Amino acid sequence: MALEAEEKTRVRRGTIVPMRGNEAVAYAVKLSRARVVAAYPITPQTIIVEKIDELISKGEMDAEMIHVESEHSALAATYGAAVGGVRAFTATSSHGLMYMYEVLWWVAGSRVPVVMAVVTRAIGAPWNIHVEHSDILSTRDTGWLVAMAENNQEALDLTVMMFRVTEDPRVYLPGIVGLDGFILSHTVEPVEVPDQELVDEFLPPRRQPYTIESGAPIAMGNIIPDEAFEEHRMDMHESMREARRVIEEAGREYGKLTGRDYSGLVECYKCSDADYLFVGIGSWMGDAKIAVDALREKGLRFGALRLRWIRPFPWDELREYGLEKKAVIVLDRSISFGYAGPVFLEVSSALEAKPSMVGVLAGVGGVDVNYEDIVKIAEHVVSLVEEKGRVYVPALWYHLGEFYPMKPGPLPTRKTPRHVNKLLEELWSKKS
Amino acid sequence: MAFNIKALPKKNYIMPGNAACPGCPENIGLKFVSMALGEKATLVVPAGCTSVIQGLWPRQGTSMPVLNIVFAAAASAASGLSRALRIRGKDDIVVVWAGDGGTADIGLQALSGAAERGEDFIYICVDNEAYMNTGIQRSSLTPHGAWTTTTHRGNPGRKKPLPQIVAAHRVPYVATASIGYPWDFISKLKKAASIKGFKYIHLHAPCPVGWRFDPGLTVKIAQLAVETGAWILYEHENGKLKLNPPSNKLVDPSKRKPLEEYIKLQGRFRHLTDRDLEELKKEIEENWREITAILRAQGDL
Repeated sequence: MALEAEEKTRVRRGTIVPMRGNEAVAYAVKLSRARVVAAYPITPQTIIVEKIDELISKGEMDAEMIHVESEHSALAATYGAAVGGVRAFTATSSHGLMYMYEVLWWVAGSRVPVVMAVVTRAIGAPWNIHVEHSDILSTRDTGWLVAMAENNQEALDLTVMMFRVTEDPRVYLPGIVGLDGFILSHTVEPVEVPDQELVDEFLPPRRQPYTIESGAPIAMGNIIPDEAFEEHRMDMHESMREARRVIEEAGREYGKLTGRDYSGLVECYKCSDADYLFVGIGSWMGDAKIAVDALREKGLRFGALRLRWIRPFPWDELREYGLEKKAVIVLDRSISFGYAGPVFLEVSSALEAKPSMVGVLAGVGGVDVNYEDIVKIAEHVVSLVEEKGRVYVPALWYHLGEFYPMKPGPLPTRKTPRHVNKLLEELWSKKS
Repeated sequence: MAFNIKALPKKNYIMPGNAACPGCPENIGLKFVSMALGEKATLVVPAGCTSVIQGLWPRQGTSMPVLNIVFAAAASAASGLSRALRIRGKDDIVVVWAGDGGTADIGLQALSGAAERGEDFIYICVDNEAYMNTGIQRSSLTPHGAWTTTTHRGNPGRKKPLPQIVAAHRVPYVATASIGYPWDFISKLKKAASIKGFKYIHLHAPCPVGWRFDPGLTVKIAQLAVETGAWILYEHENGKLKLNPPSNKLVDPSKRKPLEEYIKLQGRFRHLTDRDLEELKKEIEENWREITAILRAQGDL
């Protein structure tokens, strides 16, 4: 009896295998027992579907692959399968995601759980296959849950978790797991692949609000009166908020089973006692953590707050860790042209621009940013804050070691101290 | 495929009082689909008239399961749905019910993909020869010379030969049909349902609103289209072409009614010049030439 009880509470691990981020996602899809995968190739997503096809061909995975002729069809076919009552998966990047865009909305509005991986990549023109977050952040308003992995292990774990969270009746919305193109997708890291029985225990059989099939004449998606439409949207919003709790529960349970706890919508690295905070998404937050240690050695108390989830938005956590800081530096890998980076805009609204805030744009289109760059960014911001007191700079480009402040556009001027604007003007005129 | 009319389901799957216009051919066609396939039909409907005909939530004018889907995605959504139902051991007959725009224009890529992959469902193109749901704009299946709200001086183009394009994918079954010939249409639906793989039926569906004719004449106009040879009833089964009655006897042009009988009842052709009419006749003649050439090559003529 004692042994049995011990067996039940013991953290069960899996097998550690070196693999690329894309393969980690493929194994997660296999472990989650997805039955239909529809996808169209695009760099850097391709390895995911190649690997899944390989697993199916070897008889290791019981699923059907639909070799569709476009991403629009990829998501539509995935959706068709999900509506038909099976777990379904697709993956894409960049232009592929843009081509899917209307289907994203349709899937979310249908309240049918579907899981997709987005391997982040720049959007053309001109062509660029490297990392950027314009693609994944464009899904922000579609009604999909959006999570972003920092490493290959998390790419696997979040994919398994996403199936459970999206299929929870309190949520019933589709979900995206993001992983950075090449930095994760094509880079080998040791990944612990959980045992099948562990995943089976974590992930209950598929649940969904309805299926389309004979014998049950349900119509999905027909025209609805405006008032009912608005209520439908209110309900989606409520479910997205409810998803917070479901994520916390699922993350905690996953932690009990694997030893890797995902109960937090954010990951906080030394941010409790920090004076300054980095905030951002994705793989470079790993470099930010190294930068935090380097800066602390220099006597600057930094911390790093990584948003693991973008939707639902970790509003409470941001305020808890961010409001009282001297300055918050938001790292953005994409830009809303003429204003600031999308993550900055989200974070800034949550923090009501109370602390000093600087939105740093860097690493766009795969330009390499390492921890030394992040240290340099930190030191620059610290000097700005020390010199000027409170600052609010929505868009400060960091490009190849140089800073390029953006001419102030539609800033929340009421809250922006005049001297900051003046400083920006000075810097701008110097640059041009 | 022979069938006993008494054995067809008596149940009404298309509700009276739904949101269709008076004389709507889609309503007529849907009724035949449900008569032919009964409880097993599971519809996938992209944007188009049938998105509206179903009626306004929470009421529903059809008692078949319906998956509505974005315009370009009917064939791909049906691919996923049919795969999932088969995986779950269900024997549903997944049927795409799409208009000419959703098939020949915006949905053509997905249709071609599904046909090439051999997905197991029936794709029905309900061809009313323009974008009727958005208010009678030209599609690539609008015939030459026809007035639409985007071709005020008559359509300069020609109707895309879509059934032939689908047949060129070498799918097991392609057929044309008309809402004026229920027996023929129901037989073809039943045959399609008995075949595994991708099946395509192109259903001619005269629209009183868009073609500008009296709503009481829908069926008559559909029949005139066939009797004048403007619309040809045939089927392509495993690569073999066969004309169906009454089109089979119309290989002989003298057996066809004059095209004018079909044209003169429709306001969309009111402005037609003699030259336009000649062009239209030439187009129809070419269709027949192609068909007879194939029949001859098969040794059937």
